[in-house]
Amino acid sequence: MSSTTPTVDVERTPVPPVSLREILPYWVFAGVVLMFGIYFVGAEEGATAVFSGSAVHELVHDARHLLGFPCH
Amino acid sequence: MMRTLLVRGMLVGLVAGVLAFLWAHFVGEHPVRAAIAVEEAAAPPPVPGGPVEEEVVGRGTQEGLGLLLGTTIFAVAIGGFVALVLAIVQGRASTLRVRATVAAVCGLGFLATVIVPFTKYPANPPAVGSGDTIDERTGWFFVLVIIALVGVVAAVRLGRQLHARWGAGNAIFAAGVLFVLLMAVAHVALPNENEVRAGFPPQILWDFRLANLGTQAIVWTTVAFGFGIAAEHAVEGRPLRPRARPLPQTVA
Ligand SMILES: [Zn+2]
Repeated sequence: MSSTTPTVDVERTPVPPVSLREILPYWVFAGVVLMFGIYFVGAEEGATAVFSGSAVHELVHDARHLLGFPCH
Repeated sequence: MMRTLLVRGMLVGLVAGVLAFLWAHFVGEHPVRAAIAVEEAAAPPPVPGGPVEEEVVGRGTQEGLGLLLGTTIFAVAIGGFVALVLAIVQGRASTLRVRATVAAVCGLGFLATVIVPFTKYPANPPAVGSGDTIDERTGWFFVLVIIALVGVVAAVRLGRQLHARWGAGNAIFAAGVLFVLLMAVAHVALPNENEVRAGFPPQILWDFRLANLGTQAIVWTTVAFGFGIAAEHAVEGRPLRPRARPLPQTVA
């Protein structure tokens, strides 16, 4: 990135900074929560519904369209 | 370390969501309003005394708080997932600097989750689609995103295998060819969904789809740049704001 210190760019990260054992529980728990966030914005009360009614759909409706998810 | 990366990814995602909201609110809502106006003009006038369509959430809230909520939840999730993917690939599939790995993850993520579905099931403004087909359209959209993500993994694996023999340039080219071929097959195999009725103003559609690409591009580039810096400092143990370094001693 910086042309003034070329030696820094040659550096590599030879070892993984995070072990797979440390990653796994985060993938399981955070992955589920984050996936639900995307589902909430992208599809809830459209094709499928966890909550009844249409308040969630209506609230995030414009974001759903402008983020490119199918709607309507 | 995983916790630090995840928190930083999600915080950068929060910023990305606010920036995407600003774009979506001030640029994206124009074609949205225009599309709603076109549809309302085409709709038959309401019967006096007939059933009135009840608005659950007003347009003002949808264009403001609701839009902000939607873009930030989405962008926080993208930031979090980029952090989770970075933790797996850094030092394993990627031996690049952390910032470069984050940029590659975001570029490929944008390609698989935005560009590929855009070519097959492009976004439509409100009032365009038919509610009857929303189930299957949503289903095929996510099927295509999953195929594209699998395609990215396959292409990266091929590229890494060919790297030693063919060199970086040719390996990247071969990986790109494999990805395009896989996506072409998916494109032909998956059903078409065309929701835009004849006579809908094409300029509104074009403006809306560009606004859609812009919103997503802001999310992904903000995460690529912001999380690239934040993650590199986390991994390499340097403070986010570089301390003033003493100037090298100059010999007179
Ligand atoms: Zn809609």
